[in-house]
Amino acid sequence: MAEDKGDCVEAVHLLYHYLDGELTMERRVLIRQHLDDCPPCGQAFDFEAELRVVIAQKCREQVPPELVERVRKALGQE
Amino acid sequence: MADQATFEAQAMEFMPSLYTAALRMTRNPADAEDLVQETYLKAYRGFGGFEQGTNLKAWLYRILTNTFINSYRSKKRRPEESDIEDVEDLYLYRRLGGLEGARAGQSAEEQVLEHFTEGEIKDALDSLPEQFRIAVLLGDVEGFSYKEIAEILDIPIGTVMSRLHRGRRALQKRLYEFGRQRGLVAEPQA
Repeated sequence: MAEDKGDCVEAVHLLYHYLDGELTMERRVLIRQHLDDCPPCGQAFDFEAELRVVIAQKCREQVPPELVERVRKALGQE
Repeated sequence: MADQATFEAQAMEFMPSLYTAALRMTRNPADAEDLVQETYLKAYRGFGGFEQGTNLKAWLYRILTNTFINSYRSKKRRPEESDIEDVEDLYLYRRLGGLEGARAGQSAEEQVLEHFTEGEIKDALDSLPEQFRIAVLLGDVEGFSYKEIAEILDIPIGTVMSRLHRGRRALQKRLYEFGRQRGLVAEPQA
Protein backbone atom coordinates (compact mmCIF):
# COMPACT_ATOMS: atom_id res chain seq x y z
CA MET A 1 0.00 0.00 0.00
CA ALA A 2 1.44 3.28 -1.02
CA GLU A 3 0.59 5.12 2.17
CA ASP A 4 2.43 8.18 1.01
CA LYS A 5 -0.33 8.66 -1.54
CA GLY A 6 -3.19 10.75 -0.27
CA ASP A 7 -5.84 8.52 -1.83
CA CYS A 8 -4.51 5.45 0.00
CA VAL A 9 -4.42 7.27 3.32
CA GLU A 10 -7.97 8.45 2.76
CA ALA A 11 -9.14 4.97 1.77
CA VAL A 12 -7.61 3.27 4.81
CA HIS A 13 -8.98 5.99 7.03
CA LEU A 14 -12.48 5.25 5.74
CA LEU A 15 -12.01 1.48 5.62
CA TYR A 16 -14.42 0.63 8.42
CA HIS A 17 -17.00 3.17 7.35
CA TYR A 18 -16.88 1.66 3.89
CA LEU A 19 -17.18 -1.94 5.07
CA ASP A 20 -19.94 -0.96 7.47
CA GLY A 21 -21.92 0.65 4.65
CA GLU A 22 -21.86 3.95 6.50
CA LEU A 23 -20.62 6.28 3.77
CA THR A 24 -22.57 8.59 1.52
CA MET A 25 -23.05 7.16 -1.96
CA GLU A 26 -20.72 9.77 -3.38
CA ARG A 27 -17.84 8.87 -1.07
CA ARG A 28 -18.53 5.19 -1.48
CA VAL A 29 -18.13 5.48 -5.24
CA LEU A 30 -14.84 7.36 -4.83
CA ILE A 31 -13.43 4.71 -2.52
CA ARG A 32 -14.64 1.89 -4.78
CA GLN A 33 -12.90 3.57 -7.68
CA HIS A 34 -9.69 3.83 -5.71
CA LEU A 35 -9.86 0.16 -4.72
CA ASP A 36 -10.26 -0.82 -8.35
CA ASP A 37 -7.28 1.33 -9.35
CA CYS A 38 -5.01 0.38 -6.45
CA PRO A 39 -4.56 -3.39 -5.98
CA PRO A 40 -2.70 -3.09 -2.64
CA CYS A 41 -5.61 -1.18 -1.10
CA GLY A 42 -8.07 -3.54 -2.77
CA GLN A 43 -6.35 -6.55 -1.20
CA ALA A 44 -6.23 -4.93 2.21
CA PHE A 45 -9.96 -4.19 2.05
CA ASP A 46 -10.69 -7.76 0.93
CA PHE A 47 -8.73 -9.05 3.89
CA GLU A 48 -10.63 -6.87 6.34
CA ALA A 49 -13.95 -7.95 4.83
CA GLU A 50 -12.94 -11.60 5.08
CA LEU A 51 -11.81 -11.15 8.68
CA ARG A 52 -15.24 -9.81 9.52
CA VAL A 53 -16.92 -12.85 7.96
CA VAL A 54 -14.61 -15.20 9.88
CA ILE A 55 -15.32 -13.43 13.18
CA ALA A 56 -19.09 -13.55 12.64
CA GLN A 57 -19.04 -17.22 11.61
CA LYS A 58 -16.75 -18.44 14.36
CA CYS A 59 -18.55 -16.66 17.18
CA ARG A 60 -21.90 -18.36 16.64
CA GLU A 61 -23.13 -20.40 19.57
CA GLN A 62 -25.62 -23.24 19.66
CA VAL A 63 -28.48 -22.56 22.05
CA PRO A 64 -28.64 -25.30 24.68
CA PRO A 65 -31.94 -27.09 23.88
CA GLU A 66 -33.02 -26.98 27.52
CA LEU A 67 -32.80 -23.18 27.47
CA VAL A 68 -35.58 -22.94 24.90
CA GLU A 69 -37.80 -25.11 27.10
CA ARG A 70 -36.84 -23.18 30.22
CA VAL A 71 -37.76 -19.86 28.63
CA ARG A 72 -41.08 -21.18 27.27
CA LYS A 73 -41.96 -22.53 30.70
CA ALA A 74 -41.04 -19.25 32.40
CA LEU A 75 -43.17 -17.31 29.91
CA GLY A 76 -46.07 -19.68 30.61
CA GLN A 77 -45.86 -18.86 34.31
CA GLU A 78 -46.18 -15.12 33.76
CA MET B 1 -50.00 -8.67 28.26
CA ALA B 2 -49.38 -10.06 24.81
CA ASP B 3 -50.53 -13.54 24.09
CA GLN B 4 -47.67 -15.99 24.65
CA ALA B 5 -47.99 -17.66 21.26
CA THR B 6 -47.84 -14.32 19.43
CA PHE B 7 -44.79 -13.24 21.39
CA GLU B 8 -43.00 -16.55 20.88
CA ALA B 9 -43.78 -16.60 17.17
CA GLN B 10 -41.99 -13.29 16.77
CA ALA B 11 -39.27 -13.36 19.38
CA MET B 12 -38.01 -16.94 19.75
CA GLU B 13 -36.15 -16.96 16.45
CA PHE B 14 -33.66 -14.45 17.88
CA MET B 15 -32.57 -16.72 20.71
CA PRO B 16 -29.40 -18.07 19.00
CA SER B 17 -28.27 -14.54 18.36
CA LEU B 18 -29.18 -13.33 21.86
CA TYR B 19 -27.51 -16.33 23.46
CA THR B 20 -24.36 -15.74 21.42
CA ALA B 21 -24.27 -12.15 22.64
CA ALA B 22 -25.08 -13.12 26.22
CA LEU B 23 -22.23 -15.59 26.30
CA ARG B 24 -19.74 -13.06 24.99
CA MET B 25 -21.02 -10.50 27.51
CA THR B 26 -21.00 -12.72 30.60
CA ARG B 27 -18.25 -15.11 29.44
CA ASN B 28 -20.03 -17.79 31.43
CA PRO B 29 -22.68 -20.26 30.10
CA ALA B 30 -24.78 -20.37 33.28
CA ASP B 31 -24.97 -16.57 33.50
CA ALA B 32 -25.63 -16.36 29.76
CA GLU B 33 -28.65 -18.67 30.09
CA ASP B 34 -30.02 -16.67 33.02
CA LEU B 35 -29.48 -13.44 31.11
CA VAL B 36 -31.34 -14.73 28.06
CA GLN B 37 -34.24 -15.96 30.18
CA GLU B 38 -34.48 -12.66 32.01
CA THR B 39 -34.37 -10.80 28.70
CA TYR B 40 -37.28 -12.83 27.33
CA LEU B 41 -39.33 -12.33 30.49
CA LYS B 42 -38.79 -8.58 30.42
CA ALA B 43 -39.51 -8.44 26.71
CA TYR B 44 -42.72 -10.42 27.18
CA ARG B 45 -43.89 -8.12 29.95
CA GLY B 46 -43.07 -5.05 27.92
CA PHE B 47 -44.17 -6.36 24.54
CA GLY B 48 -47.18 -4.06 24.55
CA GLY B 49 -44.75 -1.16 24.29
CA PHE B 50 -42.98 -2.60 21.27
CA GLU B 51 -44.03 -0.82 18.13
CA GLN B 52 -44.91 -3.49 15.58
CA GLY B 53 -43.05 -3.08 12.31
CA THR B 54 -39.94 -1.65 13.95
CA ASN B 55 -36.78 -3.66 14.57
CA LEU B 56 -37.64 -6.40 17.08
CA LYS B 57 -34.10 -7.78 17.14
CA ALA B 58 -32.66 -4.38 18.10
CA TRP B 59 -35.41 -3.96 20.71
CA LEU B 60 -34.54 -7.32 22.27
CA TYR B 61 -30.84 -6.46 22.20
CA ARG B 62 -31.52 -3.26 24.05
CA ILE B 63 -33.25 -5.20 26.81
CA LEU B 64 -30.44 -7.77 26.85
CA THR B 65 -27.75 -5.11 27.07
CA ASN B 66 -29.52 -3.10 29.78
CA THR B 67 -30.16 -6.23 31.80
CA PHE B 68 -26.53 -7.22 31.50
CA ILE B 69 -25.28 -3.79 32.50
CA ASN B 70 -27.71 -3.41 35.41
CA SER B 71 -27.65 -6.91 36.86
CA TYR B 72 -24.79 -9.03 35.71
CA ARG B 73 -22.02 -6.56 35.49
CA SER B 74 -22.59 -5.26 38.98
CA LYS B 75 -22.69 -8.81 40.32
CA LYS B 76 -19.22 -9.53 39.06
CA ARG B 77 -17.56 -6.19 38.81
CA ARG B 78 -14.29 -6.30 37.06
CA PRO B 79 -11.45 -3.87 37.50
CA GLU B 80 -11.87 -0.67 35.56
CA GLU B 81 -11.23 -1.59 31.98
CA SER B 82 -12.40 1.44 30.12
CA ASP B 83 -9.38 1.87 27.94
CA ILE B 84 -7.30 -0.21 25.58
CA GLU B 85 -4.07 0.26 23.82
CA ASP B 86 -4.74 1.63 20.37
CA VAL B 87 -2.93 0.12 17.41
CA GLU B 88 -2.74 1.19 13.81
CA ASP B 89 -5.17 0.39 11.01
CA LEU B 90 -4.65 -2.92 9.18
CA TYR B 91 -2.65 -4.21 12.14
CA LEU B 92 -3.04 -7.89 11.34
CA TYR B 93 -2.89 -7.56 7.56
CA ARG B 94 0.35 -5.63 7.62
CA ARG B 95 1.95 -8.27 9.81
CA LEU B 96 0.93 -11.01 7.45
CA GLY B 97 2.30 -9.05 4.54
CA GLY B 98 4.33 -10.84 1.96
CA LEU B 99 3.03 -14.33 2.62
CA GLU B 100 3.60 -16.64 -0.27
CA GLY B 101 1.44 -19.39 -1.63
CA ALA B 102 -1.92 -17.83 -2.32
CA ARG B 103 -4.53 -20.10 -3.84
CA ALA B 104 -6.52 -18.90 -6.77
CA GLY B 105 -9.01 -16.25 -5.74
CA GLN B 106 -7.76 -16.00 -2.19
CA SER B 107 -4.70 -14.32 -0.81
CA ALA B 108 -2.29 -16.10 1.52
CA GLU B 109 -3.32 -13.62 4.22
CA GLU B 110 -6.95 -14.63 3.87
CA GLN B 111 -6.00 -18.30 4.09
CA VAL B 112 -4.38 -17.67 7.47
CA LEU B 113 -7.76 -16.49 8.76
CA GLU B 114 -9.29 -19.90 8.10
CA HIS B 115 -6.80 -21.48 10.48
CA PHE B 116 -7.98 -19.55 13.49
CA THR B 117 -10.19 -21.81 15.57
CA GLU B 118 -13.57 -20.81 16.98
CA GLY B 119 -11.96 -20.89 20.41
CA GLU B 120 -9.27 -18.44 19.38
CA ILE B 121 -11.69 -15.99 17.82
CA LYS B 122 -13.94 -16.13 20.88
CA ASP B 123 -11.01 -15.79 23.28
CA ALA B 124 -9.74 -12.80 21.34
CA LEU B 125 -13.15 -11.15 21.56
CA ASP B 126 -13.51 -12.07 25.24
CA SER B 127 -10.16 -10.46 25.98
CA LEU B 128 -11.44 -7.01 24.98
CA PRO B 129 -12.62 -4.64 27.70
CA GLU B 130 -16.38 -4.81 28.00
CA GLN B 131 -17.42 -1.64 26.19
CA PHE B 132 -15.26 -2.51 23.18
CA ARG B 133 -16.30 -6.15 23.27
CA ILE B 134 -19.98 -5.26 23.16
CA ALA B 135 -19.49 -2.76 20.34
CA VAL B 136 -17.61 -5.30 18.19
CA LEU B 137 -20.16 -7.96 18.99
CA LEU B 138 -23.06 -5.76 17.89
CA GLY B 139 -21.28 -4.49 14.81
CA ASP B 140 -19.33 -7.44 13.48
CA VAL B 141 -21.12 -10.49 14.81
CA GLU B 142 -24.67 -9.16 14.62
CA GLY B 143 -24.27 -6.63 11.84
CA PHE B 144 -26.14 -3.77 13.48
CA SER B 145 -25.66 -0.32 11.96
CA TYR B 146 -23.96 2.51 13.86
CA LYS B 147 -27.36 4.07 14.47
CA GLU B 148 -28.83 0.83 15.80
CA ILE B 149 -25.84 0.28 18.10
CA ALA B 150 -26.18 3.86 19.35
CA GLU B 151 -29.82 3.18 20.20
CA ILE B 152 -29.16 -0.20 21.79
CA LEU B 153 -26.39 1.16 24.00
CA ASP B 154 -27.88 4.63 24.39
CA ILE B 155 -24.63 6.36 23.43
CA PRO B 156 -23.82 8.90 20.68
CA ILE B 157 -22.92 7.60 17.21
CA GLY B 158 -19.42 9.09 17.52
CA THR B 159 -18.83 6.95 20.59
CA VAL B 160 -20.10 3.89 18.72
CA MET B 161 -17.59 4.47 15.93
CA SER B 162 -14.74 5.05 18.32
CA ARG B 163 -15.44 1.92 20.39
CA LEU B 164 -16.07 -0.21 17.35
CA HIS B 165 -12.99 0.86 15.43
CA ARG B 166 -10.65 0.68 18.40
CA GLY B 167 -12.13 -2.62 19.50
CA ARG B 168 -11.58 -4.10 16.05
CA ARG B 169 -7.96 -3.05 15.96
CA ALA B 170 -7.36 -4.42 19.47
CA LEU B 171 -9.00 -7.68 18.37
CA GLN B 172 -6.55 -7.88 15.48
CA LYS B 173 -3.68 -7.50 17.87
CA ARG B 174 -4.95 -10.40 19.98
CA LEU B 175 -5.41 -12.55 16.89
CA TYR B 176 -1.90 -11.74 15.79
CA GLU B 177 -0.61 -12.88 19.19
CA PHE B 178 -2.55 -16.15 18.91
CA GLY B 179 -1.23 -16.60 15.40
CA ARG B 180 2.33 -16.17 16.58
CA GLN B 181 1.87 -18.61 19.45
CA ARG B 182 0.58 -21.21 17.04
CA GLY B 183 3.15 -20.50 14.36
CA LEU B 184 0.51 -19.40 11.86
CA VAL B 185 2.31 -16.13 11.31
CA ALA B 186 5.98 -15.39 11.27
CA GLU B 187 7.83 -13.82 14.17
CA PRO B 188 8.75 -10.22 13.48
CA GLN B 189 12.12 -9.82 11.81
CA ALA B 190 14.83 -9.20 14.39
